[in-house]
Amino acid sequence: MIKPYGDTLNDGKVQISFTLPVANDDKGREAAKILAKKMGVADPNVAHSSMLDSGFTFYVIYGGVNHAVDYDSIAVQAVDSHVMDMDEVSAFIRGNIGRDVVIIGASTGTDAHTVGIDAIMNMKGFAGNYGLERYEGIQAHNLGSQVTNEDFVAKAKELKADVLLVSQTVTQKDVHVANLTELVEILEAEGMRQDVVLICGGPRISHELAKELGYDAGFGQNSFAQHVASFAVQELACRKQP
Amino acid sequence: MGGGVYNGFKAGREGVIRFTRPPRKIGIFFEVIMIGKLNLNMEQVAQARKYAKNVAEDTQHFIDRHTTTSTERTVCRLMGIDGVNEVDVPLPNIVVSHLRENGLLGSGAALMLGNAMVHLGKTPQQISKGISGGTINLAKIPMGDLEVVKSAVFDIARQAVSKIADNKATRRQMLAKHGDKEGAWLYVIVATGNIYEDITQAVAAVKQGADIVAVIRTTGQSLLDYVPYGATTEGFGGTYATQENFRLMRAALDKAGDEAGRYIRLCNYCSGLCMPEIAALGAMERLDMMLNDALYGILFRDINMQRTLVDQYFSRIINSFAGIIINTGEDNYLTTADAVEEAHTVLTSQFLNEQFALMAGLPEEQMGLGHAFEISPDVYNGFLYELAQAQMAREIFPKAPLKYMPPTKFMTGDIFKGVVQNALFNAVTTITGQKVHLLGMLTEAIHTPFMSDRAQALDSAGYIANTMADLGEEIEFKQGGIIQTRAAEVLDKSVNLLAEIEQKKLFATLEQGIFAGIKRSRDGGKGLDGVTLKADGYFNPFIDLMRE
Repeated sequence: MIKPYGDTLNDGKVQISFTLPVANDDKGREAAKILAKKMGVADPNVAHSSMLDSGFTFYVIYGGVNHAVDYDSIAVQAVDSHVMDMDEVSAFIRGNIGRDVVIIGASTGTDAHTVGIDAIMNMKGFAGNYGLERYEGIQAHNLGSQVTNEDFVAKAKELKADVLLVSQTVTQKDVHVANLTELVEILEAEGMRQDVVLICGGPRISHELAKELGYDAGFGQNSFAQHVASFAVQELACRKQP
Repeated sequence: MGGGVYNGFKAGREGVIRFTRPPRKIGIFFEVIMIGKLNLNMEQVAQARKYAKNVAEDTQHFIDRHTTTSTERTVCRLMGIDGVNEVDVPLPNIVVSHLRENGLLGSGAALMLGNAMVHLGKTPQQISKGISGGTINLAKIPMGDLEVVKSAVFDIARQAVSKIADNKATRRQMLAKHGDKEGAWLYVIVATGNIYEDITQAVAAVKQGADIVAVIRTTGQSLLDYVPYGATTEGFGGTYATQENFRLMRAALDKAGDEAGRYIRLCNYCSGLCMPEIAALGAMERLDMMLNDALYGILFRDINMQRTLVDQYFSRIINSFAGIIINTGEDNYLTTADAVEEAHTVLTSQFLNEQFALMAGLPEEQMGLGHAFEISPDVYNGFLYELAQAQMAREIFPKAPLKYMPPTKFMTGDIFKGVVQNALFNAVTTITGQKVHLLGMLTEAIHTPFMSDRAQALDSAGYIANTMADLGEEIEFKQGGIIQTRAAEVLDKSVNLLAEIEQKKLFATLEQGIFAGIKRSRDGGKGLDGVTLKADGYFNPFIDLMRE
């Protein structure tokens, strides 16, 4: 069993901050304390409180949590492909697929954010990790942002894409779930779902959510081109086997 | 926070950050005049402006021959047409679709509505309802005497223009009453999707010291070819820009500002397929600031270049007349490209935006040219480059209220590091005297700002503006040092790029992807079907009245 670590093993120390729609006074601090106790913080210390507006107060709380986690019993769904670097991916394509792999990517639906898809696809990549456009053996097409699911599928057909990458950044009110689901439905209606490796990514995307929505894989934060490419080419090679 | 917010804010207001700093002439070398802290080669700056002016003039020939559906819908709105039909289609859209279906778009809404006004003795609003109900067909009304028609149109147009002039006067009076802030204006966003929740957040931000509130638009609105109607409570990552939402937020900010003893500026987005329409709505509801870039829609939203160039012209005429400060979108070049390698594209775009704005009569004092603090935190001496680039923009555009954007690209879920990144950005803002200070949020990469995120940002910005108030005045940069050399490099690359764009002309430049590495075709992108050649007799009364 594990607990958060402050300065002593299993002291359970956490920091919490939140705003309550109340005035900044003793009663408000008490409310913050009660809330913290309900969260499982044994001795909450309201280290800071400040008024944001007449009826809103911000609290910073420190304390130790009662809860513990049975670490050994945890099983996580993660993409379990072997991660290769850029050259290894290219070599893998030569050895196991024998032709260029066509990958298209876009930020679909109404989502206007391109930072994610650019980080994975553009030549330069992100934080020293080259993007897919630089990979030998990969034809990468970055369609940009606000691409409708219909246009995305049409482009996949036109380019005979092997791999479809969908980036979703805006997740307010679960708009991404509806959009990601719609793409799967269109691909199924077109009879194309089995012919493509379908991958989604974004700061709030997990592999678990991706699988649940009918995708082959999902990539969240700290994923770079090599993670996506490694999974995609291994999945493609795997499907080639009878 | 708490007391700190208020103390920080007061200090920020009293602390004097001189915005227009007279450039210090330090000498004349080989007939090249060097001024400012950076020893910028002002002859190169003049050359860059000349290239940009030629690009804008050449493009203006194209603009002057064309009109668009959005331009004509704007004319409809300014002539008093408002509201929607039974299936929520805005009446200006109905009128303009009617014109287009009858091949009359090129004649312009003013001429055709004016003719109907004279012939039927009805107001534009009554005519629009008649068109919507199928009882009026503008194509079937015989064209009357042009002078009579024009005179009827100008009578109505003058009323709209005078209402906007009144708004401008009101703004001036309110600024005179409260006094305008000296230093940087602290700019925060609200983005709840619900205008009423936005108001709660905005009012709190005013109490915490915000000078400008921008209501972020819902994702996707830039691609809507109409402006939604009424108060809205459902948006994604932002709130619909509608006239009613503008009005509600304006009233709330006026009230909160009065209580705080300040005039609070309201900002929205005059971009996408409805550029001039949003400008008109903003002018009518006394917005103070609008995101409004000549090229942004083409490059980053794949809106057709002909459409955007024609639309931006009328939108800027309106913004100019209404006293609205435009904010340009150069920060976007750096979120998609490298901020060290591509810094010159920012400067290049600033030069182009400046010249396109001048074409529309927009004074320099209303040009919130954009730039951003987007160099990777891992770059060795990155802070020095940021300082160099921000100071460069300040010296090249001394009268412009520059809009400086915070780090976004390299903000992670590590909020503690984020606070440091934002603090460094705030320091550059203060040292280099930026004017529109768009505050970074510690939760930038996580969610749209919480009320407490905004309070933290305002507190921190107020602290830095106060504690470093006159630091910029005390600093001189080393001759030929890293900072001066960096600025010279960026300017040099920008002049070369502008020379290339001038030679190729703007359309070919965009087609070849020379700008920002993004290729756009002349006939591609969204909204081309809304562009048409002007026909004989075309007139737009508002261009004449607003440019008088």
